Amino acid sequence: MTQEQMKSAFLEELTKVAPDLEIGAIGDDDHIQDDLELDSMDVLNLVAALHARLGIDIPEADYVRIATPALAADYLVGKLAA
Amino acid sequence: MFGAIRKESGGTRGASLPNPDEARKTFTWEVAEQMLDGLPGGHLNIAHEAVDRHVAQGHGDQVAIRWLGKSEHHHDITYAELAERTARFANVLMENGLERGDSVFALMGRVPDLYVAALGTLKAGLVFTPLFSAFGPEPIRTRMEIGAAKALVTTETLYRRKIAKWRDEIPSLKLVLIVGEEAPEGCVALDLAMAAEPPDFEIARTLPEDPALIHFTSGTTGRPKGAVHVHKAVLYHAVSGRYALELTPGTIYWCTADPGWVTGTSYGIISPLVNRVTMIVDEAEFDLDRWYSTIQREKVEVWYSAPTAIRMMMRAGDAAAKPYDFSSLRFLASVGEPLNPEAVVWSNRVFGRPFHDNWWQTETGGIMIANLAAQEVRPGSMGKPMPGIEAGIVERTETGLKELGDGEIGELALRPGWPSMMRTYLHEQARYDKCFVDGWYLSGDLAMRDKDGYYWFVGRADDLIKSSGHLVGPFEVESALIEHEAVAEAGVIGVPDETAGEVIKAYVTLNPGFTPGEELEREIRGHARKKLGPAVAPREIVFRNTLPKTRSGKIMRRLLKARELGLPEGDISTLETDET
Repeated sequence: MTQEQMKSAFLEELTKVAPDLEIGAIGDDDHIQDDLELDSMDVLNLVAALHARLGIDIPEADYVRIATPALAADYLVGKLAA
Repeated sequence: MFGAIRKESGGTRGASLPNPDEARKTFTWEVAEQMLDGLPGGHLNIAHEAVDRHVAQGHGDQVAIRWLGKSEHHHDITYAELAERTARFANVLMENGLERGDSVFALMGRVPDLYVAALGTLKAGLVFTPLFSAFGPEPIRTRMEIGAAKALVTTETLYRRKIAKWRDEIPSLKLVLIVGEEAPEGCVALDLAMAAEPPDFEIARTLPEDPALIHFTSGTTGRPKGAVHVHKAVLYHAVSGRYALELTPGTIYWCTADPGWVTGTSYGIISPLVNRVTMIVDEAEFDLDRWYSTIQREKVEVWYSAPTAIRMMMRAGDAAAKPYDFSSLRFLASVGEPLNPEAVVWSNRVFGRPFHDNWWQTETGGIMIANLAAQEVRPGSMGKPMPGIEAGIVERTETGLKELGDGEIGELALRPGWPSMMRTYLHEQARYDKCFVDGWYLSGDLAMRDKDGYYWFVGRADDLIKSSGHLVGPFEVESALIEHEAVAEAGVIGVPDETAGEVIKAYVTLNPGFTPGEELEREIRGHARKKLGPAVAPREIVFRNTLPKTRSGKIMRRLLKARELGLPEGDISTLETDET
């Protein structure tokens, strides 16, 4: 999966968890909690959704690595390749 | 079953109450009052007890707040600086024409100005109301209307996102203060305004029964209720912080609660400062490594947190905690919803100390029932009543209240009269009066007392939802849902969740012309999140053709919940139309 494809997948799952957001209005460096106002339960749901879609386990300590779409795309592509 | 955690070995040493059972017998409010200084002429002001008196007694250089910004930025505020900044803030309010008793609202994250605003408002003799910054525009507006907000302190981002559109529709609102050096049109930049004011202020000579704080809480029906607390509450904040949280002068203390909820004000601002601790304030949200590092680096001694966060730490496992040094911790407490026994036992293993669960409500203003330092912890129990507090388990009967014995399940009730008890619900005396029957305050929680006097939470007696420690009224959520053009009716309940305790789920029926589907579900959920914010909006919406209703047309949430949980449906004699 390319970086771009991964970012789209991430954004799709993100907007399913938080449908108040529109994909087009989300910046690559928007912080999902500080800028997009997800709460900690949203983050858990997002992690579960990413696991269901991609089969990737994201341990608690790595939540900071999916804090923005750009970071998440990097991290998830890396995890998938590993 | 989880065995009791005994305290023989070291746990009781240095405890504020070495013998809690004895203290319950000998406690008097007159003796407790020695913890306060008061003001001449029988006056009492929370800000004096929390800040100014410590400076006068020579502790001005002690750090009151160690603020940890979201970035690596750290900032210490001493008691002397806090006294000065709150004085400037009080002057800003006066300079802008506000008067004693006026209502000041704050809407912002955990930044230093929030603490300055709270204490500065009290110093000026005005009434402070904190709002949770993750609320959507609707809960904010409703609360500002009910509270007739005269001033609002917020940030530019929150103002633009959530307030600007309807600001002119709140007739009472005279002043909007914006944190920082710039402000949008019609608002005042707080930094500039404070810099222009003198650093001293003659503290308002408030009376013990003068209103100080209004905390909003949810009802099952109707609008949110504003529980009014008075300056006298500070007596209970002082006492309960000392006895239930082991707050002694100089303690390094971290309360993780946001001041937008009552815990974050009673035990995240007032009680710790009155007890002259050094408070850690973290601007960021929960992050496992950040939290563990904070405890280690700041040498946190007393830590007051909540079950949702504790369960997240537990999920991360023992290994995640292993690299950290927790030896500074001397007392851990938890509040918000019952802490499951597994988490109590887990914390004792990982941190070397158990989390001590305690119980109280917005209405009680302070901790009522607690596991104390020198008392055996029974995992899963909320502990025993605090000194000065009389609790009971009661049942409502046709003729009044009946007190129940040990081992029986009933409503948890308290004998009114402690200092931090709410004095009314704002403009809703009738709803307030309904909380009291036969000389008891009725909490709305179901509980059981065992033969040794420990209390155990059983459930809510009403339809209120406890999600991530926050009390959510289904009515407020349903009202927002039916504002969506597709939604005809909505019934909202809490469903069990292993992390959040409960999560909010909505059952909706649709107006003609709308078809259930994934896309519509998301659209309605998005609408609710925009209006209510993520903490209050439903996480799941399901579609129904009809909802179960009584003859009077009331949606039977209780029935939705029983079915969701696979429990007996109970008395359904009032059911008129059923769920399809």
